[in-house]
Amino acid sequence: MTDIRRPDHERRHEPPSGPTTTPASEDQAAGNPPGRRGTGRAWTRLALMTLGPVMGALLLSGLLLLALGVDPIAYYGFVLERGLINAYGLQATFTRMGTLLLIAAGLIVAFRAGLWNLGGDGQFLLSAVAVAALAPLLTPHLPIALVLLAGLLAGAAVGAAWSMLPALLKAYQGINEVITTLMTSFLGISLANVLVKLAFHDPATTVPQTRTLAVADRLPRLFGTTVSSGLLLGLGAIIVVHLVMTRTAFGLKLRVVGANPRAAIHAGLPVPMLTVAAFAISAALTGLAGAVEILGVQGNVRADWNPAYSLTVIPLVFLARFNGFAAIGFVFLFSVLSIGGESAARRTGVPNFFTLVVVAILLVMLGIAEYLDKRHRTARR
Amino acid sequence: MSTLFTEPFFTALVLGALTAGLPLLLAGLGEQISEKAGVLNIGIEGMMLAGAYGGFLVAYHTGSIWLGYLGGALGGMAVATPMAVLCIRLGLSQIVIGMALTLGAEGTTALLHHFQFAQSYPRLPAVATLAIPGLSAIPVIGPALFDRPPIVYLAILAVFLTAYVFRSTHLGLALQAAGDKPEALDAAGVDVVRLRSLAVLATGCLAGVGGAFMAEVGAGIFVPFMTNGAGFIGIVLAMQARGRPFGVLWGALLFGACLSAATALQVAGVSIPTDVVQMLPFVAVLAVLVLLGRKASLPPALGVHYVRGGR
Repeated sequence: MTDIRRPDHERRHEPPSGPTTTPASEDQAAGNPPGRRGTGRAWTRLALMTLGPVMGALLLSGLLLLALGVDPIAYYGFVLERGLINAYGLQATFTRMGTLLLIAAGLIVAFRAGLWNLGGDGQFLLSAVAVAALAPLLTPHLPIALVLLAGLLAGAAVGAAWSMLPALLKAYQGINEVITTLMTSFLGISLANVLVKLAFHDPATTVPQTRTLAVADRLPRLFGTTVSSGLLLGLGAIIVVHLVMTRTAFGLKLRVVGANPRAAIHAGLPVPMLTVAAFAISAALTGLAGAVEILGVQGNVRADWNPAYSLTVIPLVFLARFNGFAAIGFVFLFSVLSIGGESAARRTGVPNFFTLVVVAILLVMLGIAEYLDKRHRTARR
Repeated sequence: MSTLFTEPFFTALVLGALTAGLPLLLAGLGEQISEKAGVLNIGIEGMMLAGAYGGFLVAYHTGSIWLGYLGGALGGMAVATPMAVLCIRLGLSQIVIGMALTLGAEGTTALLHHFQFAQSYPRLPAVATLAIPGLSAIPVIGPALFDRPPIVYLAILAVFLTAYVFRSTHLGLALQAAGDKPEALDAAGVDVVRLRSLAVLATGCLAGVGGAFMAEVGAGIFVPFMTNGAGFIGIVLAMQARGRPFGVLWGALLFGACLSAATALQVAGVSIPTDVVQMLPFVAVLAVLVLLGRKASLPPALGVHYVRGGR
């Protein structure tokens, strides 16, 4: 089986002084002195390449709203008000960021290692269900801090375990992980539902859901606000992932595997081991996100609950070019859209599916921006 | 247990396998055409969903099941067109764009459904079947196999047709070359970009009809996200079939049987929670991948953008 080539934008963008983004040398070739102008142009280009797709996506999805008979300006205004300006909305946005940042961190590990972990939603939900089943059982017997720690560890472990089948199939059988992770994701989502309804169902209520973790027993909130400390976990995770992937030998090894698996074998790297490790870390972080969502926000899992966070975070990670710090910004933007969109769904009658459309258009816009950028640069040479 | 395997049980199983398997067959067949030409088409899930919506919409408004299939084909091709332009012509990542198109089709059809049908949830009338004289009188399998809506026979015919095109025509050879060694095809004077674009459009058409079948015949109604991974199962079928259309046919019937096992068991008086049943096809897919994954074969140039004169 052939390997699926990774998209070009994975390699092209170590902003702003990456391997192929060498504005200084281009300026020298054009007879310009190297220095400030070159860097300035690189930053302008980066801003264009980043904000362009975002604006384009919002504009196009605004047109879709218009076609559906909804006033886009009023809609976006409402989303901004509820996700960013309103104090409760902003706190909800920050809380949501914690979960999404952990997922983004997991995706960055996999994508930089050239692995398409598209099974995040199954990993997330199964971890969430495991944590929701475990934590309320432990609370009578253990101090809260230990319960929370056990929950976080269990979430990470379940996530990692659920990724092992695709990881082993990829590492030792060469089976395309795009397919296997998608399949295990569907399976995981159904399995999570079965577990909620049949195994971990709260006997005290007729609603199919797990036992609820009392609000007092959840992850501590930050500085008297309603922001969950999951935000700190998320920020910590994505920064650590960024540094490990860009500054350590282990990160370099993973990136070599991602850039060229054949070269990695020739360089003597244990490619199968690294593949499994990257999958495990990626899925463990996604599982941790599930734990944080349950321990910090939801408190339980209801049947048929599937926020599909992982699929929607993928475009953000691409937009950030796998840069952890850039991902923080995009996750913040998306959290505003997501929290505001949920309020808007209740108020303006535009269902949440709209965010899916925005994300899809964003991905396409991003691809087109990459294409135009590449063509522009080859034309200048 | 002897009371379980009665005649109605087997009739329900065969019938269900065909009804549930047909969309998988069309999706798998379509995916196979794309893969043969060197395009990994992850957007096929979105194409099926757009086909399901388009098929339902047209069939609901015109009352014609055949125009519905046409609507489904157009819906599928509406998603395939951006894929052809962005991935084949511009060379963007087939996986990223494929995911984007699937997400976009999911979101758009769910939104449209919300604004049009969410209040009423209209249903389509049952589809007329075409009984083949003589054969449909065979006990057990007769009514299940030979008294079906006409599209079923056409789909089976499409398998024969695709097999013939692959094996015995210039077009089939050119498709194979586009996936195996596009440079050679280019040198022979065939436009690789055009051929691959046509392959993707054919995929959209077949997947769209498959989706329309799901909405018109299978469910009689459009529900958001109703394809529920059928397109992705189609990708696995195409991979396992190793370029042979008949492999897709047998695989689709096998997975169809998995999907319909629950209905058949209910006929036999055994009830399993529907959530457990929903897991069956994915368990089956993973089992197939674990057992036979090594034997899957894909063209060497799959997923690689072809640039003329590029290296």
